[in-house]
Amino acid sequence: MQIKPILSALRRHKAGTLLIMLQIALTLAIVSNAFFIIQQNLTQLSRPTGIDEAQIVRINNQFATGTEATDAALMQSDLDTLRRVPGVVDAYATNSLPLSRSGRSMGINLKPGQPNAMVTAAFYFADEHTIPTLGLQLLAGRNFSPSEIVDQTDNDAFKVPSVIITQSLADTQFPHGSALGKVLYIGSAASTVVGIVRRLEVPWVDAAGAGVHDGDSVLMAARSISNRASYVLRVRPGQLEAVKTAAPNALFASNRVRVIPDDKGVQSFSEIRAEAYASVRGTAVLMGIISLVLLGVTAAGIVGLSSFWVGQRRRQIGIRRALGATSHDILSYFLTENFLISLAGVALGTLLALGMNAWMMQHFEMHRLSPLYVAIGVIVLLLLGQSAVLAPALRASRVPPVTATRTV
Amino acid sequence: MFSYYIRLGLRSLRRNPVLTGLMVLTIAVGVAASMATFAVFRAVSGDPIPDKSAQLFKPQIDSWGPTLNNTKEPLDAMDYTDAMALMRAHKAAKQVVSYPVDLSVLPNDPASRPFQEAGYATYSDFFSMFEVPFKYGSAWSAAQDAQHGNQVVISSKLNQRLFGGTDSVGRSINLSGNQFRIVGVIQPWDPQPRFYDVVNGRTFADPPQLWITFTRAIDLQIPSFGGRSCSDNSSAGFAGFLQSDCVWLSYWAELPKPAAAAAYMRYLQSYAADQQHAGRFTWKAKVRLSSVTQWLDLQHVVPQESKVSMLLSLGFLVVCLVNTIGLLLAKFMRRAPEIGVRRALGASRAAVYQQFLIEAAMVGLAGGVLGLLLTAGAVLGIGLIFAPQIARLAHVDLTLLGLTVVLAVAATVIAAFYPTWRASRVQPAWQLRAN
Repeated sequence: MQIKPILSALRRHKAGTLLIMLQIALTLAIVSNAFFIIQQNLTQLSRPTGIDEAQIVRINNQFATGTEATDAALMQSDLDTLRRVPGVVDAYATNSLPLSRSGRSMGINLKPGQPNAMVTAAFYFADEHTIPTLGLQLLAGRNFSPSEIVDQTDNDAFKVPSVIITQSLADTQFPHGSALGKVLYIGSAASTVVGIVRRLEVPWVDAAGAGVHDGDSVLMAARSISNRASYVLRVRPGQLEAVKTAAPNALFASNRVRVIPDDKGVQSFSEIRAEAYASVRGTAVLMGIISLVLLGVTAAGIVGLSSFWVGQRRRQIGIRRALGATSHDILSYFLTENFLISLAGVALGTLLALGMNAWMMQHFEMHRLSPLYVAIGVIVLLLLGQSAVLAPALRASRVPPVTATRTV
Repeated sequence: MFSYYIRLGLRSLRRNPVLTGLMVLTIAVGVAASMATFAVFRAVSGDPIPDKSAQLFKPQIDSWGPTLNNTKEPLDAMDYTDAMALMRAHKAAKQVVSYPVDLSVLPNDPASRPFQEAGYATYSDFFSMFEVPFKYGSAWSAAQDAQHGNQVVISSKLNQRLFGGTDSVGRSINLSGNQFRIVGVIQPWDPQPRFYDVVNGRTFADPPQLWITFTRAIDLQIPSFGGRSCSDNSSAGFAGFLQSDCVWLSYWAELPKPAAAAAYMRYLQSYAADQQHAGRFTWKAKVRLSSVTQWLDLQHVVPQESKVSMLLSLGFLVVCLVNTIGLLLAKFMRRAPEIGVRRALGASRAAVYQQFLIEAAMVGLAGGVLGLLLTAGAVLGIGLIFAPQIARLAHVDLTLLGLTVVLAVAATVIAAFYPTWRASRVQPAWQLRAN
């Protein structure tokens, strides 16, 4: 294919050429960044929590009146009631769950009384029922025993003798051996690691924003003495919906002076997950829609301008045909012309895409754009350009040689 | 001539309908995407209290010092000791300390179940400082603050639920087992973003339903429903918690004049210096005084997804405009013979200019009208993309609709400058010869 005549023809259509180039460049910049954001959001969405999500139901309960002393007894009787509900395998009470978006974080040290923490982790209230209820995988050590669960209020000094930590926390704190049996200090209070679980995500969707690593969690052998608790139930497969109705009814039957909010009081874990990731998923959907429409607009623009060019050059095409060019020659002329413009466009677009990413990294929490996404974008846009120009180019290839002899 | 050009422009919309349709659709889609994301952006980035945002100030004191606080900024919230000291000093025209509470409302009818309502424990100045409109009654008094009174102000929604919307002032309600007396019922009030409580993750939450006296709430040891940050975990009981360095309170001061704000800043500095002399701080504590808008900026209340989607839609609009330039160029240059005839018959370049810009404006108008429909549809569907808390803030109003049309027409006319210039450069002689 001769490129030289195409280039010299393009020089006579500077404006149109530049416009298509610019459009392809901008589209590439936006689409490759959008795809990158989509992929990051999907990665975040698919991060495992470490628990048996399909079988978990959470009930948020608040005792309407009462004191710390009555709260503890009421909570114990609630748990007994819940474990008797048909379809419930096990239950425990806690302050928080992964993806529930609020929880407690504390600094951990390996020596007592240090002002600054070596690492900050999420702390969950737990007892001997927690690991079986959530279906956590115990890698080393043992589960809590009922006798080591201590009472802990919000306002009293933290003092919990036994904890179970996640593997990620164990690996960062004790890189040279097992964390089992080691002592962690929260302020001046000592807690012994009795077990290690494979994974348990922190409650916050944006873990980094909360100052923790997403897998750094601690289960405390402690009962939260408060008028507010989340009851976590493990449900037999297929009985989720039945338990969601039966469990709060059983609680109200045993004691009416409580609040379980109508809207979000009883939720399956899949509902908790959907709510936690609503905006992450929403952003991905928005980016997807914008990218698709943008590609459509760019294709439409190429079709429009190429059609105009074909119309403008009908006479010249006729002359070429009369001088012996085949219809295939004409077709490949327009395809090549578009390819050259697109190539210049994606070259400029690659720079724009990287620049846009660099700017976003400076102003938002954005990672460095992987070149893979730009490469995919380049291929998509080159193919898009070729398919968009195909129809006008085919029309051009059908221009009869006799056109050359007409004046218009 | 102007109305003639408008008629010409409208007529040319019907000529090459595919090209024109493409252009109209491109403009409509680009404008609609921008306006829908703008509807969200203006809701989350707006000034929540425009006539007072320059008079309300948020003081901050770094009560933790450089060893414990490694953020280089004073803490977001205040501990009880500092908040009470600032309240006692009473250096501002009005001041208020508050914290979020979540209480169980126990209906008098024993057959109905208790329910939860969120609100704030606060001082009497809260209502006048933040321009809370009352339907019945009024705020409680400063004297009742001092007497640790059991007053409560409720929302009209809660009043509807409990008392069927009648004037309930003077009646009593049971909140988590404690009796409170209603002194006022407010009209719907929900400034967005909720500037007076942005550190507890409730910036865009459902509106609060009740306000109780802070002094009473502390006596009753009602816990905060918001966050608390503590440097250690060694306090004992509620009294210990109050004395600890845990920060959990939100402080606001009303300072009507810039001079008052400057004086308050000096007061904060001298307060911090006094604490250092007294030995409570072993460091020179940083202080800060921010107006409402400065505070919202500092706290980054505009959600990142809103900023990113706004930028993305603007980029999208730019591509649509580049596209429109190309299509307009094609549309105008196709009419080169016609332009040649007009010019040969004596039309000036300015006349050609005028004709084609008006024609472009017609294309923009058509794009704007279609864009209106798309924008309305997109705002309705915004709940699919943004969290419900944010999505409910986006709404279509006359300003948004007007802006949609103006943006569409302005963008198209700007896009038309280059194609129009090219059209006005058409050589009449060349076109006539070709014909």
